[in-house]
Formats: sequence, structure tokens, C-alpha cells
Amino acid sequence: MNAPSGRHRQVWYWLLLLPFIGTLFPSWYASDGPELWGFPFFYWYQIVWVFLSSFITFFVYRMTRKRE
Amino acid sequence: MVNRPALVIFILFFVFVTVLGFVAARWRRGDLSQLHEWGLGGRRFGTVITWFLLGGDLYTAYTFIAVPALLYGAGATGFFAVPYTIIVYPFVFVVMPRLWSVAKKHGYITGSDFVKGRYGSRSLALAVAVTGILATMPYIALQLVGMQAVIAAMGITGSGLLGDLPLIIAFLILALYTYTSGLRAPAIIAVVKDLMIYITVLVAVIVIPLKLGGFADIFHASEKALSTSAVILPPSGYLAYSTLALGSALALFLYPHSITGTLSSSNRRVIQRNAALLPAYSLVLAFITLFGYMAWAAGVKTTDNTSAAVPLLFLKEFPSWFAGFGFAAIAIGALVPAAIMSIAAANLFTRNIYKEFFRPGCSGQEESKVAKIVSLIVKLGALVFIVAMPKAFAINLQLLGGVWILQTLPAIILGLYTRWLHRWALLLGWAVGMVMGTGMAIANHFASSIYTVHIGGVAVSIYAAVWALAANLLVAVVFTWVFRALGAKEGEDETARGDYETGLGATV
Repeated sequence: MNAPSGRHRQVWYWLLLLPFIGTLFPSWYASDGPELWGFPFFYWYQIVWVFLSSFITFFVYRMTRKRE
Repeated sequence: MVNRPALVIFILFFVFVTVLGFVAARWRRGDLSQLHEWGLGGRRFGTVITWFLLGGDLYTAYTFIAVPALLYGAGATGFFAVPYTIIVYPFVFVVMPRLWSVAKKHGYITGSDFVKGRYGSRSLALAVAVTGILATMPYIALQLVGMQAVIAAMGITGSGLLGDLPLIIAFLILALYTYTSGLRAPAIIAVVKDLMIYITVLVAVIVIPLKLGGFADIFHASEKALSTSAVILPPSGYLAYSTLALGSALALFLYPHSITGTLSSSNRRVIQRNAALLPAYSLVLAFITLFGYMAWAAGVKTTDNTSAAVPLLFLKEFPSWFAGFGFAAIAIGALVPAAIMSIAAANLFTRNIYKEFFRPGCSGQEESKVAKIVSLIVKLGALVFIVAMPKAFAINLQLLGGVWILQTLPAIILGLYTRWLHRWALLLGWAVGMVMGTGMAIANHFASSIYTVHIGGVAVSIYAAVWALAANLLVAVVFTWVFRALGAKEGEDETARGDYETGLGATV
């Protein structure tokens, strides 16, 4: 495999920064509403990120798999 | 009063995993007189076993007791465990395959092995090994605290040695099968433990809110008990919350037991697949954390001993046989990490202290034998610690352990990417971080891991480990310049650039 395509695939790794951005700034999500099934926003927002982060990681795994 | 149904179920499951632990020696049979077989399971664990092993390793009995206890006692701050276990996996996905590759190539079994090979510095490797052992010991002791909490909840209380007898028996059993089976034992037991935890949590998340009138009522009851501002994180707590999550996430895979779990996998892709699959445990953890609020809604009042919040909740909301099942899950959840931690500490001691400084030429058999004995000593030490010392002492030391282990980040994690930092500067940075972090914890009287520094009249409250790491990095960078300017000798680097990506071409 030639180098440019390898580097091209590596670009996907940057997506892995999203979970950090999404969860490390509590000022964005530390609020009571909107509630979901009785959960204050603060709690359900972070639980949603458990799923998002897993999907993102799996997506990056798929996109970089051929390289490895 | 002893809760008989709970106790019977508890003992049944405990006996079952004990048998499994001894049988494990025969599984994927290897020559257990070699350290990489006994201490890394022969580096042969695939995706599924690694998932159970790491899950059992990282989400410990102490987690199941202490994290909800924190939410119960302090409110929203306790939920930091969730972002912590979210961001740790993208980090692992990128970083840990490099460690796996270089370790496979050079036969490293510990982080300290890598540091020695990378920097050619025995003293830096020793610092990393000692930090790992120091941070792990109180962690093992705390697994016993988790076990104590459930044993006490079943009504087995007594004074003196008799009261500690169940704990002593449980730990002796653990010590024996770790000795005979090595890492294979916790790997098999982890499967049983995790299934039990999943069943308990699934039932709890459905049954308890139904009985308590739904999640809205659970949160409202907690707001009443704790105050609204505690249930929704207040602005003054933002920085502490995010640095706790970040610092803990960066620290987690520096712990010797996490490195052991990672290196035992059969290839790099196993690690990456697990980074996508392990968040299943984070989801479970999020709900377990919320048990802290469920306890308030169920009317559990135990503010002087918050560790009892979850066991008391189970007893109140479940029939006693199912409470016994949940307790067994937690107690077995103590055995798995305790076994892996003691193996990891034994690997460190044997490889990086005993062999390095006392018996350079020792054979593989001798190495493995010493590690087995050290794993026994480590566990006995933890047991004596818990039985003889006040519980708060172990908790304080574990808090310090997190601060300490993070100080090995520059040498291990940055070392996977660059050799730029000078070995002496790394050692100096490590020392500064250790002293500073310890000093901050003492200044706080161990009451909190958050340390406040006033910068230009603004109070900045940040996780002490992160303060210490910042100082550590600053010293490492500045003194790299200084040592280079002075012409201090660089150590020899036995690794090559390509070593960090060996196994990339492997199928599977």
C-alpha cells in the first residue's frame, strides 16, 4: 500500500477528539432541562455520549481497518 | 441478624467461582513456569476474553460500592465516573496498540520494561516500577473494603478476628488459585462475574424505578435530600469535574493491572475492538452510579457510612435471595481485579526490581516462581492492611495512588511517541509531580482530591493529580533543554520506529 492512502485513512483518528469535546465542558450541559424520561439533561446527555463515543470508536476502527 | 437466604446464595456462587479458579490452570494450557504464561496468559486472549478481563479489571467491586456512594453523599460530582469512562476508550484506541506492539517485539511485560528499553535508564525504570507497586497496593486493599461492605450487609458482623474471618477465608482462596493458575484464573472468573453484574443491574434498573415511581421521582427525592444545586453540577464545580474525568482517564491505563490486561491480548486489533466494546461497561456504570440516588428515593439513610448505601438499597428493594445474588456479584467483582492487580504488582517486582537489581541472570523458571510468591505476599499485605488499619487509611492511600500513577505518563505514554524528553529530566519531573501531588493531598487532609490554587485572585479548583502532572511536564521539558545544554548523556534506545507498529499487517 502506498503512503498517501495510509495517511489519508489516518485522518479518521481526529474524530476521536469528539467525545473529549462533548463531555469535558460541563458548562454546556449542566442543566436541569430538557428532561428525558425523568432524567435531568445533565444525566441523559452524558449517557447518550456513552453510545456516541462507542459508535465513533467503532466507525474509526472500520475506516482504518484496511490500513492495519 | 444473619440474612440466611442471601448468605446461602452468596456462598453457592462463591464456591462455584473457586472451583473455576483452580480449573483455569488447565485452560489453553501453557508452561506456567514461564512469567509470560503465568503473568500474561501467554498473550493469547482474543476479543471476547479480553473484553471480560478488562471489564472485570477496570470496573471493580470498589467501583460498584464507592461511585454510587459518592453520588449518594455529594451529588452530581460523583457522576464524573461517566465522562471518565467515556473518554478513556478513544485514548486507549490510539495509544495502547503502540505499547502492545513494542512490548510484543521486545518481550516487555510491564510499563517499566518499556521505559528501560526506550530510555536506557535503570533509575527511571525503577521509579516507574515503584510507583506502579505503590499505587496498586492500596487499590487491592480497597477491593476488600467493597467485599466487607456486602458481607456486613448480610448481617455477618463480629468484633475482632472473628468478624474478619469471612474476608480472610475469601482472600486465602483467591491467593491460592492465583498462585496456581496465574492470569487465566481471573480471566475465566471475570466471565461469570460480569454476567452476574449485568443481570443484577438490568433487574435493578427495571425493578427499582418501578417500585419508586420512576426516575423523575428518584431525582426529585435526591434533590430534596441533597439540595437542587448538588444534583445539577454548580458552575463552581465545572473545572473540578472535567479535570477529575480527564485525569482519571489518563491514569487508568497507566495502572499496572490495566497494562497487564492490555498486553495479554493476542493482537493490536483486539485492543482497538475492545475500545469500541468496553463502553458497554460504562453504560452499566452510569446506572450503577444512579443507585446512589435510588438509595435516597428508597429512604436509605446512611450518611455516616455511604459505602452501605448500595447494599442497603438492595436489601430494601430486592427479595433477600436476589440481594444475595447481587452481593455475590460484587464480592466476586472484588476477586477478579484483586487477582490481576496482585499479578501485575508481582510482574513489576520480579522483572524490574528482583531480576534487574538482585538476580540479573535468573532463569525463566526462577522468575515465574518469585512472581507467584510475590503475588501471595502482596495480597497478604493488603489483607493485613485492611484488618489492622483504619479503613480511611486505605481510602486515602488509594486517592494518592491515582495522583502518583499519573506521574508516570510522560515516561510511558509520551515515550510511545517521542524520545525527545531527556531521561534525567523525566526522572526529575516525576519526582516533582510525586512530591507536589502528595503535598496537595496532605494539605487537603485527604478530604478531597480537588486542590484550589489562587491565580491572580481567581480560585482555580482542579484535580490534584492534574496539577502535579502539569508541574511534572513543565520540569521535564525545561530540564530536557538544560541537560542537553550541559551535554548530559542520552541513554540508549533499543526500540526502532517500526517496533511501535508491529502486527499492523496481521489479519484477524
